[in-house]
Amino acid sequence: MISFTDIGRSALMGLSSHKSRTFLTMLGIVIGILSIMVVMSLGQGANELILGEFQKFGPNNIFILPGRQPTGPSGAASTLLSDSLTQKDLSDLENPANVPEAVGVVPVVFGQQPMVYESQTYTAMILGSNQDIARLFALNISNGRFFDSNDVADRAPVAVLGATTAKELFGGNDPVGRKIRINNQILQVIGVLQTQGAGSFINFDKAVIAPYPIVQDNILGIKYFQRIVVEGSSPALVPAMIKDVTTLLRNNHNITDPSKDDFSIQTQASIAQTVGTVTSILTVLLASIAAISLVVGGVGIMNIMLVSVTERTREIGLRKALGATSGNILLQFLFEAAALTVLGGCIGVAGGIGVSWLVSFAANYWWGIAFPFVISVSGILLGVVVSGTIGLVFGIFPAWRAARKSPIEALRYE
Amino acid sequence: MSLIEIKKLIKIYSDDGVDTRALDGVSLTINDGEFVAITGASGSGKSTLLQILGCLDRSTDGSYTFEGKEVSSYSDAELARIRNEKLGFVFQSFNLLPRLSVLDNVVLPLVYAGVSKKERVERAEAMIDLVGLADRRGYQASQLSGGQKQRVAIARALVNNPKVIFADEPTGNLDSKSGAVVLEFLQMLNDQGRTLVVVTHELYVAEAARRTVHIVDGRIDSDQPVAHRRIIAKDGFIK
Ligand SMILES: Nc1ncnc2c1ncn2[C@@H]1O[C@H](COP(=O)(O)OP(=O)(O)O)[C@@H](O)[C@H]1O
Ligand SMILES: [Mg+2]
Repeated sequence: MISFTDIGRSALMGLSSHKSRTFLTMLGIVIGILSIMVVMSLGQGANELILGEFQKFGPNNIFILPGRQPTGPSGAASTLLSDSLTQKDLSDLENPANVPEAVGVVPVVFGQQPMVYESQTYTAMILGSNQDIARLFALNISNGRFFDSNDVADRAPVAVLGATTAKELFGGNDPVGRKIRINNQILQVIGVLQTQGAGSFINFDKAVIAPYPIVQDNILGIKYFQRIVVEGSSPALVPAMIKDVTTLLRNNHNITDPSKDDFSIQTQASIAQTVGTVTSILTVLLASIAAISLVVGGVGIMNIMLVSVTERTREIGLRKALGATSGNILLQFLFEAAALTVLGGCIGVAGGIGVSWLVSFAANYWWGIAFPFVISVSGILLGVVVSGTIGLVFGIFPAWRAARKSPIEALRYE
Repeated sequence: MSLIEIKKLIKIYSDDGVDTRALDGVSLTINDGEFVAITGASGSGKSTLLQILGCLDRSTDGSYTFEGKEVSSYSDAELARIRNEKLGFVFQSFNLLPRLSVLDNVVLPLVYAGVSKKERVERAEAMIDLVGLADRRGYQASQLSGGQKQRVAIARALVNNPKVIFADEPTGNLDSKSGAVVLEFLQMLNDQGRTLVVVTHELYVAEAARRTVHIVDGRIDSDQPVAHRRIIAKDGFIK
């Protein structure tokens, strides 16, 4: 009786003496596992990235948007009411008597504008807000200072530059103390932000932030706000805060019919819900791509396995003629398929992790997107199980068919 | 007790509903130590007969006893064991595993016999030396000439010390010089007492045997001793 080790040795000899066949089969398994792993890891990473962005809004805050919530195709009405948030609204919101739960109110106005320093021009976003925006978005200063409440109250013509803006306008020089011009308004640079990363809801790197009064009046020429963020102290207070804000704004805007609201309120939860729809579409899309890559990898494995069937059938016939039983043959092919699958699986998983890391690294390095490096466990499982099964089945099935033939039938197979 | 005894052997191939009666009631007895040549025109059923005698295929009807036991009563695994321990094969197209070395090819029957690694290498090397390929042990089978390949096949057929060696047109793919070497070998083996059954459609191969069984259309037409036996080592080989 042939020993187990000798069958294993026969299998390894079969693999090593047919290097290109072994390589191609393994490639099929590697590609199958690698592609599904990468697709699923990237999908999961994108999900985390997008959801992470909305986590940054903080669960305590509410966002007031001007205009009517677009309902159906007639949503165009919202643009007509986009100037509904006024200075009076802001002042009233800041009054603790009206919204006692609020610990801060941050108005936001913004627009794309060319910024000029000497001969340099750079078009970027001018953001008008108050001093609390720095806390709200966790903005850190690398140089100089952020503007304070006095600057806002005094309509001080000062600006804080995003990291990219500073680089574009000033090269390597220190911008602090210098003056830039935006739409004929001179602003003195008082600070530069640290690099924040482009993944944020607002790209602060490519922005200039200034006290809102001067941005509204002298740069954008508008009287309203495009957003007002009301900061609460805990998620539990958010519903009460929404109620107070709604009452206040309806009062201010003389609205009695809630369906005629000229503002809308978003929370982290409501945004996450909207975003959840988007990411679940993304997930379905990625799963489809993953399924396709699995099929492609699987077909690759099958192909190689089936292409070598003629040669293998003769080999099986010969081995049987020399005394191998069908069981010996099946065991040898099982060994071969298992060795291929295990080795291909390890390479595939390692490669999948490598490629996923590379993508997240490249996204960070070249595009400044804080793309998280995720290893998708379900991707590994799915890839290994499916490719492994295909590898085993198509490694053994032809052998099983050939082993059932009489030795001479197998020897004569063409 | 005869080594091989077949009675009214019938083999019908069924391909796509077309039946071919390749053997039509063959009865034959072969004793230990014989050298039988099975001759006949192409398509007469020689290979079919040899394959059944060699337990590579099963007959459709009739009986076949090997060493006194009915072969059809054996399971597939038992037949594998008989092929492994008692029978050796030499094919017209050599049937070596082309990517394996000469040694690894010759060792194969001993691997399935479960012979220890050390012993099987020793035995295989001895056989390779015997067929005069000592300097080719490590070569890949695909790197050999036709005559060398057939000598490797003979070494492989001999390595498990079988009772019978079956050869189907062993010189069919060889030039006359390599053919002579192979035939000479077969005669030498028979002189040492090994039973040989060789299929051929060529007269000069048949003349090297001691007995010829002539087949026509799946039946035995004549069965007689070779009158003027040609000893290859002495008389040479004329094609
Ligand atoms: N596997 C097979 N399937 C169908 N017919 C076969 C098969 N093998 C042989 N035959 C037929 O059986 C007959 C005898 O074939 P074979 O034994 O190979 O003859 P020989 O070896 O004398 O040339 C031929 O008619 C051949 O066509
Ligand atoms: Mg033939």
